Amino acid sequence: MSPAPAALPILKTSHLLGIEGLSVGEITALLDLAEEYVALGRAKEKKSPRLKGRTVINLFFEASTRTQSSFELAGKRLGADVMNMSVRTSSVTKGETLIDTATTLNAMRPDILVVRHQDSGAAAMLARKLDCCVVNAGDGSHEHPTQALLDALTIRRRRGRFEGLTVAICGDVLHSRVARSNIRLLSKVGAHVRLVGPKTLMPAEVARFGVEVFTDMQEGLHGADIVMMLRLQLERMAGAFVPSTREYFRFWGLDRKKLAFAKPGAFVMHPGPMNRGVEIDSAVADDIEVSLIREQVEMGVAIRMAVLDALSRGLPDGERPARVARNGEDS
Amino acid sequence: MSTRRTVFCNARLVDPASGLDARGGLLVENGKIADLGPKLFAEVDRNDPEVIDCRGLVLAPGLIDMRVFTGEPGSEHRETLESASRAAVAGGVTTIIVMPNTDPVIDEPSLVDFIRRRAEATARVRVLPMAALTRHLAGEVMTEMGLLKEAGAVAFTDGDRTIANTRVLRRALAYASTFGVLVVGHAEDPDLTEGTAVNECEYAMRLGLPAAPAAAETMIVERDIRLVELTGARYHFAQISCRASLDAIAAAKKRGLPITCGVAAHHLALNELDVGPYYTFMKVKPPLRSEADRQAMVEGVAAGIIDVIVSSHDPQAADTKRQPFAQAAFGAVGLETLLPVALELCHHNDCDLLHVLKALTSAPAKVLGLDTGVLTKGAPADLVLIDPDVPFVMDPEKLHSRARNTPFEGRRFQGHAVMTFVGGERVYDRAAESRT
Repeated sequence: MSPAPAALPILKTSHLLGIEGLSVGEITALLDLAEEYVALGRAKEKKSPRLKGRTVINLFFEASTRTQSSFELAGKRLGADVMNMSVRTSSVTKGETLIDTATTLNAMRPDILVVRHQDSGAAAMLARKLDCCVVNAGDGSHEHPTQALLDALTIRRRRGRFEGLTVAICGDVLHSRVARSNIRLLSKVGAHVRLVGPKTLMPAEVARFGVEVFTDMQEGLHGADIVMMLRLQLERMAGAFVPSTREYFRFWGLDRKKLAFAKPGAFVMHPGPMNRGVEIDSAVADDIEVSLIREQVEMGVAIRMAVLDALSRGLPDGERPARVARNGEDS
Repeated sequence: MSTRRTVFCNARLVDPASGLDARGGLLVENGKIADLGPKLFAEVDRNDPEVIDCRGLVLAPGLIDMRVFTGEPGSEHRETLESASRAAVAGGVTTIIVMPNTDPVIDEPSLVDFIRRRAEATARVRVLPMAALTRHLAGEVMTEMGLLKEAGAVAFTDGDRTIANTRVLRRALAYASTFGVLVVGHAEDPDLTEGTAVNECEYAMRLGLPAAPAAAETMIVERDIRLVELTGARYHFAQISCRASLDAIAAAKKRGLPITCGVAAHHLALNELDVGPYYTFMKVKPPLRSEADRQAMVEGVAAGIIDVIVSSHDPQAADTKRQPFAQAAFGAVGLETLLPVALELCHHNDCDLLHVLKALTSAPAKVLGLDTGVLTKGAPADLVLIDPDVPFVMDPEKLHSRARNTPFEGRRFQGHAVMTFVGGERVYDRAAESRT
């Protein structure tokens, strides 16, 4: 078997900063490649040598067991050396700027930097300053592209298509990068997207994404093929955005009664980690007939392998000249 | 003692205060304008060392910038009075009004005195301090306005902070009106804008940035108008940025209230989309607004509802700007782009040169009660020679300010200051600078 087809380029850019800017062709190609890695992940021998000799650094400024371990496993299965750096062990807490930290890491010549940061635009900023590939593993309320890709892969495997599907995204859209990336991706590939939640958790002008916005779960879920729940951060429950957990669960928490408004056979998704009894009832979350939540985690590893693979195809084989930052370049 | 003379011939004299826009000459003697007129020096010897041949360029009063933040005292690494003054003269600005937002805050007569003495010793332009309206800018206790005025404070402001407590503000305004001093306010509701970085709009939603609506400004504008009505204080809105605020101020002026307002140059030239892919140099306070609001600001200047154009010069060091957008500092340097941005209004036919220069010279002089900003016999010879048409591309490397955080990198401008004079002394000469 010749390795040539596997080395075909998939992405136009050398970073994955968001779903914005990806074409439908790029998305489809990533999903197709991920299918191969789903199969590999289910085989006995789970390793591929695609990233052999490459270095991947996971730079996580926000704690995230799930995403970080998913990227770590993806890198290791592809044969890369993976280093995990979390904010508590870095000097960012000692007043060093994000850029300084990243520049220091850059000097260690990683091939791919996976970054999670609490501020929107952090990944884009690093991509402008560094000369390695940058993967956005979640930046503030902006984007979380690998989550949207893994959600799309999960949906495609279950439904076989996106066109004509109605996906209801419910909960804290305001602070959610998962929602923003999913809205972008699902709209691009032809699904119909609805948002459901209280007005305090809906960003201004969100309808400009070309989505339908609902405040009532019964209306918003009516006829939906997929119900995608978002996590409500604990600190936002105590009166600032919603008055209480119990009121939130009463009106926007997904239980069997509300799920019944959706199309019969509708699936439930959640990016995790879940707040049981807040945005989702355990009876729904654990029902393997409707819940795709565990499947999402499996698809996560496959998607991240596909992303790392795709980005590595753009890496030069030989010595890279260190990029010199333009003096006076604004951030 | 011999008389120090400078003769300007072959100039296009533009004096917004009198409406003069004509070819002519101007004579400076001992730091003051001794004479001017269309016929003056028509036949002068252009090789005389005392003579400056203006070659038909615009000779106007030096610019007065009512809103300049420096880092002196306290953060001299950002900007000193000296470095700000070098930026000022290169921008054709001959008087800068410095904000009290320093460390320590300028809320004591001795600190007003410090600024004046420091400026006299180091700065090339006139530096007039505004003093804090409340102690430590805390919005709680009013400052000693009478003593501060005596020490030389030209107005009272909490700079870029809005006083949240209306009772405190009402009393401060009433007390200020006792002395007839000017109060300058910043209009942004502190609670609605807390933690936000940009204007609330579709683009902010897409970027996932914390945003505040323009109404956060207008509701403070409307609140302060009511308090002016109650107290009769002379009140100036330092900078507005949206149409609703403009409408509120237009209505207040119509009712005869003693209210004036300004706009920052960047709000005439940029809008919320210029934030682009998280360019932190576009992070300013109040934030860049919608294109409709930007157009309203231009209309406001053209209609004379907006009295003055300011730079809102706010130098920031690289480390505070090179941060994720929400964490980055607010502010943009502007002393050297104030005139080029304002001249865009002329080149776009929004208003004529006289009108634009009025918002930069005689209007701020009138608001502050200064004797500069005019071409009149006996007035201080603070002058700027402007080439209004010369094209150039904005290069941050050529800025004189200690900071480089300009939102105008790479912008194509037309028109800038060629020479600048303060009290008859030549403090800037672009040709000499480019020779070195």
